[in-house]
Amino acid sequence: MKQNARGKMKLLWSIFCVFFKIGPSTFGGGYAMIATIEEEIVRKKRWMNEAEMGDMISVSGSAPGGVAVNSATFIGYRLGGVAGAVAAVIAITLPTFLIVFLLSGLRLLFKDNVKVEAALKGIHAAVVALIIVAAGKMWKASVLDAVTFALVAVSLALLLFTQIHPFYLIVGGLTAGVLVVQYNQKRGKSIVTEQVRTEESRDLQFPEYYI
Amino acid sequence: MLWELLYIFFKVGLVSFGGGYAVITLIQREVAGQGWLDSGAFQEIVSLAGMAPGSIATNTATLIGYSQAGVGGAIAATVGIILPSLIIVIGIAAFFLKLQSNKWVRSSFYGLRPIVTGLILYAAVHFGFSGTSGSWLTWTLAGSLLICAGCLLLISKYKVHPFAVILLSAVAGIVIF
Repeated sequence: MKQNARGKMKLLWSIFCVFFKIGPSTFGGGYAMIATIEEEIVRKKRWMNEAEMGDMISVSGSAPGGVAVNSATFIGYRLGGVAGAVAAVIAITLPTFLIVFLLSGLRLLFKDNVKVEAALKGIHAAVVALIIVAAGKMWKASVLDAVTFALVAVSLALLLFTQIHPFYLIVGGLTAGVLVVQYNQKRGKSIVTEQVRTEESRDLQFPEYYI
Repeated sequence: MLWELLYIFFKVGLVSFGGGYAVITLIQREVAGQGWLDSGAFQEIVSLAGMAPGSIATNTATLIGYSQAGVGGAIAATVGIILPSLIIVIGIAAFFLKLQSNKWVRSSFYGLRPIVTGLILYAAVHFGFSGTSGSWLTWTLAGSLLICAGCLLLISKYKVHPFAVILLSAVAGIVIF
């Protein structure tokens, strides 16, 4: 029993160490990080095989939340149950948590520095560009026909001109999706609900939500 | 205050489909509703969050929590936004549904994805324009547009790494402004 507990602690510690290392590398976006996870988990540690990695990617892309945290949860759970999942999530979050603090501390230190103000303005413009890129990728993955185009237009208009809470849009989108697919099936029409996936378009299928 | 932060970011985390930038819109609405931060302070937080590795959504939550209630607030907000994903993914992993081949999941995601696109587009509009009140054709706005266009070119045409783009634009900001 004691031996078992020690083995479990050791497993949790090694899960923690691996994800602590992966955390700071989540710079290039969640799907860039998948490559790092594959390298560490599949090739080096041999904790999972390629097929399990595929399952993991599909689950962490569909569940709410960021791909990085979701992947860590999935792998941690598979290896060490709930404790493993918690260890992996803490490990992948902690480095960025500390870096965010460091940055905001530095920001306070240089509060009235003209150069820092200017640099932040530049970064602001860059973040806008990153958001536009993300929107473009998501557009390609989501706008498949007239209905999906209308959904984008309606949701954007509601956000711009009303104070609607995004929660209702999300619920509305989920409902609309089911209704439209059902309606078309009743009329004997099948519709494409997803972009056809090829290896090259994986980038489109999994847009970099998570930059 | 800590419970409030935990509760509000838990709600945000629960519907944070699409991660990242779509969630910025969700957070912005919550923050505006609570009257926690003005628009300028919120934008500055998002800029800082974009500089750090990791999810811009989680980083934003951390910084907002910190601004409202110090280190404890930062922890409460971060835990709040992550907890729903943790619970849901464990649930899925435990019962192991083959999610993407499920008909219901496929059809609801068909409707969900356009909404996420709308949320991200709104984030771009809101984040891009709400700082520019008053006169339109200012030196600052022109410089911002220039940097933004340059970044778009670098990312989409030359596939430059986002972090390198952020560093370059910081330098460009110092030169221009």
